[in-house]
Amino acid sequence: MVLLKMKFPFQKRVRLAQGLWLLSWVAMFSGAITFAMGVFLKTELHRRSEVMHSMDIHIVPNLLMAVGLASVGINICAGKVCQDSLDPSRFPRWKTFLPPFFCFSVFLTSLLLVAMILSFALQPSLEESLKIGLKNGISFYKDTDTPGRCFQKETIDRLQIEFQCCGNTNYRDWFEVQWISNRYLDFTSKEVKDRVRSNVDGRYLLDGVPFSCCNPASPRPCIQYSLRDNSVHYNYEYQTEELNLYSRGCRQALVSYYMGLMNTIGPCVLFDFLLQMAILVSLRYLQTAMEGVIGQENVEIETEGYILEKGVKETLLETKEKVKRLLQLAQVGDASSTTPGTQPEEEKPATA
Amino acid sequence: MAVLPIKFTKTKRDRLAQVLWVLNWISVVTGIILFILGIFLKVEINKRQDLMAERQLQSVPNMLIAVGLIACMINFLGGKICYDCVDTNKFLRWKLVMLPYIICTFFFTLSVLVGALMCYSMHGQLEEALTVGLRDAMRYYKDTDTPGRCFLKRTVDLLQIQFQCCGNKGYRDWFQIQWVSNRYLDMSQREVVDRLRSNVEGKYLMDGVPFSCCNVNSPRPCIQYQITNNSAHFNYDYQTEELNLWMRGCHQALLDYYTNIMHSIGLTVLIIWLFELSVLTGVRYLQTSLENVLRQGDPECESDGWLLENSFVETARSNFNIIKHLGKFNQISSNGDPNIDKPSTAHYGPDNVPLKPLPTAS
Repeated sequence: MVLLKMKFPFQKRVRLAQGLWLLSWVAMFSGAITFAMGVFLKTELHRRSEVMHSMDIHIVPNLLMAVGLASVGINICAGKVCQDSLDPSRFPRWKTFLPPFFCFSVFLTSLLLVAMILSFALQPSLEESLKIGLKNGISFYKDTDTPGRCFQKETIDRLQIEFQCCGNTNYRDWFEVQWISNRYLDFTSKEVKDRVRSNVDGRYLLDGVPFSCCNPASPRPCIQYSLRDNSVHYNYEYQTEELNLYSRGCRQALVSYYMGLMNTIGPCVLFDFLLQMAILVSLRYLQTAMEGVIGQENVEIETEGYILEKGVKETLLETKEKVKRLLQLAQVGDASSTTPGTQPEEEKPATA
Repeated sequence: MAVLPIKFTKTKRDRLAQVLWVLNWISVVTGIILFILGIFLKVEINKRQDLMAERQLQSVPNMLIAVGLIACMINFLGGKICYDCVDTNKFLRWKLVMLPYIICTFFFTLSVLVGALMCYSMHGQLEEALTVGLRDAMRYYKDTDTPGRCFLKRTVDLLQIQFQCCGNKGYRDWFQIQWVSNRYLDMSQREVVDRLRSNVEGKYLMDGVPFSCCNVNSPRPCIQYQITNNSAHFNYDYQTEELNLWMRGCHQALLDYYTNIMHSIGLTVLIIWLFELSVLTGVRYLQTSLENVLRQGDPECESDGWLLENSFVETARSNFNIIKHLGKFNQISSNGDPNIDKPSTAHYGPDNVPLKPLPTAS
């Protein structure tokens, strides 16, 4: 029982080949665009790699880049096949090449769907990676004299200014970390000594934040220090003050940004996937229709095109048998090379 | 004696026409580029309109936009003409239009050159606009409750962050203005009252700067207040400290930014002008060689092409004479009947008595 049979008169075949050739050019550009989007996403992720702990999320742009490149190659092949299908003498050379080509292309195209699913599935992993990365960045903010960490202050400051965010979850994260280096603390002053003694680890903690948390949209000059003390500042109440600092946390800001990017890229990838699948299905129809023409004298006869010669289950069983036979041959080949006794048996039929 | 004559065979003429057709289409693209550059410049100037005092800065982008549009149209027409010039019959259609077209294009290329030079001359106007504009913006920094000025704090903060600059010429400009609004000053405190009394105008001045002046690259947390007081901060010397705040003034930063844009645009416009001039020269040669072909009558013959038929001096003299005669005709007709003051030299009959001048009808 043939799967999805369709009749193809000569004109329909020709039109299918021509339309498919044009479509393969469109799909080639679409593949190039997918590659470009993969590159863009990778560079954006790489730019903030200093605040990301793990690189799991990079699999999404890597997949996009690989499939984009591969689809350019696939579509060039498809275009060539279409061109040759118009000439019955040139078409037979594709006979052995096309079945594995289809399997390979379908597999690669389905990777696009995998990439899209992964971009949603890896969101918790991204969030976790950012949580750890930002925590480290905030902890090492003061270590501008330690090699390997001296850039953290600049990274975190630029991040907070650009993404309009403060701290990991919110600005209170800065209250739990010593972000002023000991180099700039006067240990002879009473205030410093009190603060350092007020906690177990001997850290200088204060209810203040760095300047990069300041919100330019605030109507009053930025209040960075003594944020919890209403009496220090005139006409200030920290419980109701909303515009003074950025209220969003940097983890939330970055996750929203990357999810936004992937949601924008999503429809384009989906379009590329659908286009590619349409091309592969049409190419399969063209191939099977042309196979009916090979060897015939009159090339303008009507032929049938199908996706699978037998039903799905039967085709799977057949492929399983084929693979088993290949493996057996390989085993027998190994066995015959190790036991020379079997050789004269093989020679006998030749002499007989 | 013609100016720069070149001999043109039939194939050479045809090739010239084809090449000019392609070049005219490229010029249409360059016209579009000019248009886009004009729009880009307009957008960039409008983005920082709050920081620039009112000056004639819009004239340069408007000129570029107009020139770009006119270039598109002129070169589109030129492309059509050159396409038709391959065939001598079709050339006859355009024969009368070509000379006015060339003269118009010549004046148009002059305006492209003027556009390019204006880009370079905008520097002076820009400097003045920025000085006054930035000074006012800083003065109104604190007025976040005054309608019409409430956005200036945000604008100045974002400017200082983006362009990595502080104040007008340097961070000390902030010491001379009150940038903290009275709404946030506790007038009952002694310190505030002292500061207000310390100057004639009663302004709250201090040696502090807004947070947007802070330098991201500094190894220590930003010192915004009591900048000139070394004892207020541990391990701090304001005379040697360079990384704490942005050292550059915003006037210089913005001027550099806009000067870079203007120079790039000016250079592009100059290159486009040279290209237009070469296309114009090619069209002139094509026109003169085709006219000579028509004069000789044989479409396949070799003809001369030149820039001017006679030398510069003679052409200038003949044009001047034409203009003078045009002027004379105007003068004569403005007095009424052209025959009034002219003595008649005709023979009026056997007596040869000249007619008396006819009274003019009023």
